[in-house]
Amino acid sequence: MSNEYKNLTLQGLWKNNPAIVQLLGLCPLLAVTGTLINGLSLGLATTLVLLGSNITVSLVRNFVPNEIRIPIFVMVIASFVTIIELLMHAFTFGLYQVLGIFIPLIVTNCAIIGRAEAYASKNPVQFAAFDGLMMGIGFTLILVLLGGMREILGLGTLLSGAELLLGDWARELTIQLYETDANFLLAILPPGAFLGLGLIIAGKNIIDQAIAARQQSKGKKVVQRARVTGTDI
Amino acid sequence: MKKAMLRNGLILGGFALITTSLIALTFSFTHERIDAAKERQLLSTLNQVVDQSLHDNRLHLDCILVNSAALLGNKPQRVFRSRLGVNNTALIVETTAPDGYSGAINLVVAVDQLSTVLGARVVQHKETPGLGDKIELRVSDWILDFTGVRYEEALDHRWQVKKDGGQFDQFTGATITPRAVVNAVKNAAIYAQNNMQQLFSMPSNCAALSPDATTNAAAIEVISSE
Repeated sequence: MSNEYKNLTLQGLWKNNPAIVQLLGLCPLLAVTGTLINGLSLGLATTLVLLGSNITVSLVRNFVPNEIRIPIFVMVIASFVTIIELLMHAFTFGLYQVLGIFIPLIVTNCAIIGRAEAYASKNPVQFAAFDGLMMGIGFTLILVLLGGMREILGLGTLLSGAELLLGDWARELTIQLYETDANFLLAILPPGAFLGLGLIIAGKNIIDQAIAARQQSKGKKVVQRARVTGTDI
Repeated sequence: MKKAMLRNGLILGGFALITTSLIALTFSFTHERIDAAKERQLLSTLNQVVDQSLHDNRLHLDCILVNSAALLGNKPQRVFRSRLGVNNTALIVETTAPDGYSGAINLVVAVDQLSTVLGARVVQHKETPGLGDKIELRVSDWILDFTGVRYEEALDHRWQVKKDGGQFDQFTGATITPRAVVNAVKNAAIYAQNNMQQLFSMPSNCAALSPDATTNAAAIEVISSE
């Protein structure tokens, strides 16, 4: 039992991370990560949708005939996204204006329907929920990392715009690392997102290789990596 | 076969019904808050350009829809009237600079009875972050340069960026954006000056259909241009 949870955690956060291994949901990932807070907010929204859709899909998995499962998954996901969009619009208005059109785009994030189809529709609800949570956290971590990197390089700040997510008191959270007259535009603009993501993936591969090499030198068997790859819309 | 199709159809219909009603439920709980937030935002922008001491009417409700392709861009714009008791104090004109570096820039410009610009703010734009976005007050206080500048026809040439011989700064690496904004503010001031009395006397006609109508139109615009 606990083994399954451990496995799901490892899969979601590292081995099968939706952002840097499955490479799913790249459109919002690359577009909104101009700052750490933007990345964190979209990550949280995506996690909520993943959690909700995985739970729902798992709950109804025994009633849904095979032939119509995809339209039903899409309906479930789309309604979760719409509900979260409405809630963000109502309670975090400033953030809604920043993330704007990328919230509806969560619907097209293949990571979500991918998890519904590949995991939630075949497993009991507690595992499905945990899988959604871990995949969401894995996705959020990469968004935060990429957003943080681009914000430091491009704007010289960290956590700018925290007040949009957390309310006015959070204005003081913004850290000014260095002052600059000319922002490093490459980091803020879309190419910076591609380069940053490439570097993160490269970093992960280096770590994986180092681990594999260490295990080999110890004479242990190399762990086989199971990975699901797919194409993004 | 027929039976299976019917069953699947009913299941799909059932799901559609449940999900749609969930959304409808959320909407009915949130739409008041959303409208209030939109109104607050509009009000806070309006209050930024016209000082509290200059008006005692509800600015966002006292407005008219106008059309002036030459001066305000080619869509209907709102003009808000600021009044203090029986006195008219200022006009707040919504305007669009069509010639930004990456598309239209939406602004509001407040102009008083003497054609002095009381303030201008950028409401929505898609200019390059780090270069053109200095027109936003959040990023730089450049937009405050307009405050207190009066429009006079004889001094028309001063309403340009310094590079073109005017009095307003351009930014390093971005001239097109400030040029567009200066032009739009100037045209809004001219529009207000030319139609001052008429604009104040027209009955209010857009409070009911607006914030929503215009924000939706803006949203559609954004989506179709992506």
